[in-house]
Amino acid sequence: MATPLRELTPDTTTAPPARRGWLAVVPWATLAVFLGPVVLGLIGTVLPAFGYLPALGGNGLSLDAWERLAATPGLAGSLRLSAVSGLAATALSLIIALGVLAAGHGTRPFAWVERLLAPLLAIPHAAMALGLAFLLAASGWGVRLLHGLGGLAGLEVFASPPLYAPLQDADGIALILGLVVKETPFLVLMGLAGLGQVDAARLLAAARALGYGRIAAWAKVVLPQLYPLIRLPLYAVLAFSVSVVDVALILGPGTPPPLAVQILRWFNDPDLSLRFVASAGACLQLALVVALVGLWRLAELAVARLSHPWLTNGRRGTAGPLAGPLIGPLIGSWARAAGVVGWAAVAGTSAAAMLAVAIWSVAWRWRFPDLLPSAVTLDTWARGLALLAEPLAITVLVAALASAVAVALTLGCLEYEDRAGIRPSTRALWLLYTPLLVPQIAFLFGIQVLLVLLRLDGTLAALVWSHLLFVLPYVFLTLADPWRALDRRYARAALCLGARPRAVFWRIKLPMLLRPILFAAAVGVAVSVAQYLPTLFAGAGRYATLTTEAVGQASGADRRTIGVTAVAQMAVPLLGFALALAIPALAFRRRRGVA
Amino acid sequence: MGLPLRILARLLAGALALSVCSVAGLAQQADGPVAGPEDPRWQAVLDEARGQTVYFNGWGGSDRINDYVAWAAGRVADLYGIEVVHVRVGDAAEVVSRVLAERTAGRAEGGSVDLVWINGENFAAMKENGLLGAPFTDLLPNFRFVDTAARPTTVVDFGVPTDGLESPWGMAQLVFLYDTARTPDPPRSIPALLDWAAAHPGRFAYPQPPDFHGSTFLKQALIALVDDPAVLQHPVEEADFAAVTAPLWAYLDALHPNLWRGGTAFPQAGPQLIGLLDDGEIDIAFNFNPSEASAAIANGQLPDTVRTYVLEGGTIANTHFLAIPFNASARAGAMVFADFLLSPEAQLRKMDPEIWGDPTVLAYDRLPEDWRARFEALPLGIATLSADELGTPLMEPHPSWMTALEAEWQRRYGS
Repeated sequence: MATPLRELTPDTTTAPPARRGWLAVVPWATLAVFLGPVVLGLIGTVLPAFGYLPALGGNGLSLDAWERLAATPGLAGSLRLSAVSGLAATALSLIIALGVLAAGHGTRPFAWVERLLAPLLAIPHAAMALGLAFLLAASGWGVRLLHGLGGLAGLEVFASPPLYAPLQDADGIALILGLVVKETPFLVLMGLAGLGQVDAARLLAAARALGYGRIAAWAKVVLPQLYPLIRLPLYAVLAFSVSVVDVALILGPGTPPPLAVQILRWFNDPDLSLRFVASAGACLQLALVVALVGLWRLAELAVARLSHPWLTNGRRGTAGPLAGPLIGPLIGSWARAAGVVGWAAVAGTSAAAMLAVAIWSVAWRWRFPDLLPSAVTLDTWARGLALLAEPLAITVLVAALASAVAVALTLGCLEYEDRAGIRPSTRALWLLYTPLLVPQIAFLFGIQVLLVLLRLDGTLAALVWSHLLFVLPYVFLTLADPWRALDRRYARAALCLGARPRAVFWRIKLPMLLRPILFAAAVGVAVSVAQYLPTLFAGAGRYATLTTEAVGQASGADRRTIGVTAVAQMAVPLLGFALALAIPALAFRRRRGVA
Repeated sequence: MGLPLRILARLLAGALALSVCSVAGLAQQADGPVAGPEDPRWQAVLDEARGQTVYFNGWGGSDRINDYVAWAAGRVADLYGIEVVHVRVGDAAEVVSRVLAERTAGRAEGGSVDLVWINGENFAAMKENGLLGAPFTDLLPNFRFVDTAARPTTVVDFGVPTDGLESPWGMAQLVFLYDTARTPDPPRSIPALLDWAAAHPGRFAYPQPPDFHGSTFLKQALIALVDDPAVLQHPVEEADFAAVTAPLWAYLDALHPNLWRGGTAFPQAGPQLIGLLDDGEIDIAFNFNPSEASAAIANGQLPDTVRTYVLEGGTIANTHFLAIPFNASARAGAMVFADFLLSPEAQLRKMDPEIWGDPTVLAYDRLPEDWRARFEALPLGIATLSADELGTPLMEPHPSWMTALEAEWQRRYGS
């Protein structure tokens, strides 16, 4: 053992700063990759809002754009629609996610919930929305099913499609549904990670041992600790729901549309002076998100304040004079039932939507009121694959690169944490979430101008990097908890045996964490595949991905072609998740404990 | 794929910039008769175009059109050594937007768009804002076949003179679609449509303006309802907009309660009407391509009992074009591709309803004899009207009317 004594120092937190070396740069580089563009993009959006856009003759500062924005007919309606659908979708997703976690976490059937998570997360928003549109349309699967059931009962139900349908409805019900179906699985995933962190199983066991009922134990002991851990993801869901574009284009109403859709229309309007109005609208969109997150925060504080007496009253049941109406609905037994039913509805709707899309891709004739196509063909696939070969290749390439870079940066940050013995503050986490909290539409035009200035627009690098903005936070979130949960004694033991930190990283941590690392990479692939606006803005149209093709085709008539594109779009992330599961199983087939 | 080509393109940028200037200069001198293929200036363009990559930005929502563009790209690769990349966009306005972003950043050359499929208000916006380069159509050898006499819309785009800044590609005329099995006697005028809708509530829809089919329906109705359609040919500022359009809004106020979904939701894009007609959600649809119905029948998207008709007094017709942005990277290649798309070979194939079914912009009587015979022999499909049945087309109103109509529609019904 000729190793110097210093190498044996087990506690890495005392390692001198000089030895952190280049690794110390990684967290800063990560933030720079990330926040720089968002800030610059925002500036590029804010300046035109106040009249500065030299290419269009805007050289001074003025409030014209704001006046025109305020005078827009239907602006109040757009704002209300965005706010209401965003809040409703977020609240519903939260209730269902908490309900299913409360009802099921730690029970045997819950394995099914976990098994469904990856495929549900993998379905891109646009594909889901297209499938859902077919379920909800007046001549869609829902009405056809009622027609068929009526026929069995000898009744003529809906001989022709009804005049009304809950699709693109003025209240945004279809839009809310589409968002809930996509956001609930994400919140369940974040909740699961949180439950692991607070060690919910032991908390529950302790509370139950003290005589608290299952529900009361959950509400009084687990939930108050869990909620802070899912707060940021929840705000991201809120910000996304309030400013979503692709789902709203397909499922949302048009008279008036949600604010983000209206802004995109202005950006794309041939009347170029509307660019100024669009920029002002993008600022308004950002203000709306900030206001709603603030509102949500206030509601959190109120609930916390009002439920405090109930949380600490020591009663073992859920009943309580004040808290009953407040927190009861959130965690009461009926809410758990609602969680289970809601989850079943989310999973069932997703499955039906995907099935519908898949059937359309092989249909030749599928008219109302047929439940299944009257004639099928593989022609659409033959033609579609020829046209989709290149978008498919680009989708896979960009997703693989963005995901790989994100995983590398995340690993660098986490390893730096370990070696420097620091933990990121809540503030650092907020920074990480910035691209998810700021509405895409608010900074992407600015980023486009920036890229053009740097002559980087339409390059593969710009495209990968624009995806990275959104891939990195999700990869970091997915990977951070399993990484930090790894028992530090493994690393310590290795260090004691004389291994250098680098060897510990490569030979202990990476293999032991291969499964979560690959899972995080698969999440990254899924996030990248789903990106619509960033691809549009950074790709300069040079790079078509499956998602831009799918949204582009939504304006065409042929649902069969849309089906092919949507299925291809789903296949890429699903394949990613399948690989993430298969590789560790193969690599460790002789080391069952690791896999 | 993209990246190595981009690098290559940038390496060539210097040489390219010089030659682009020379082509622009040549085009400006072309006041004389339209160039023929043997014109030395055209030969210079061909020489320069060889080896270029042309980024063609066009609406990509139709398989048949995408297939056709892929075929044309293959042909120019063989004939002229040009690589054409079809950038499939959702709307031409996105492209205008991108060229603008490039000018915002001061990129006067090496732009990302070489050729854009465009017409109407998008062309007007690009022309007005100086986003198009020098005139080029006079240099194109195949431009001499264009039917500029009988089809004035090939040189006047929605009332705006093209000034050689865009090359005509195809014709469009509004036709109405109905299923003879369900609707034996469809309404044949704008007023008759209102009565028909009252008798059949929920069975007619028009896409939400500013979708191009939706705006076209507004213009078609306006032409039918206005006292003197001639005012529509001049900028809207020269007329009393409120007075001229009052009959249109009265008409729509009466029509909307009887529209699909009671007028509370509108289809978001024109082609959606085909799907709605097939599913029986609506009984009357319309499309800007006279052979769309035949193509949709052949393609399994509509039953073979669907037919088309035009309204009494005619329907709106226009032309769609190809334009080259001021900062195109491959201007010569873009001109060669635009010229190929004007050739009798490309135009005949485009008109075939089995391929695309887009009517030609060429005049049969200007074509060589053998090509004329082939055009005349082309079967148009069971639901396609002949040129006689299509009747005399109506001219598009000046684009300023479209913008004003869309804004007023938005104010009244869109909020």
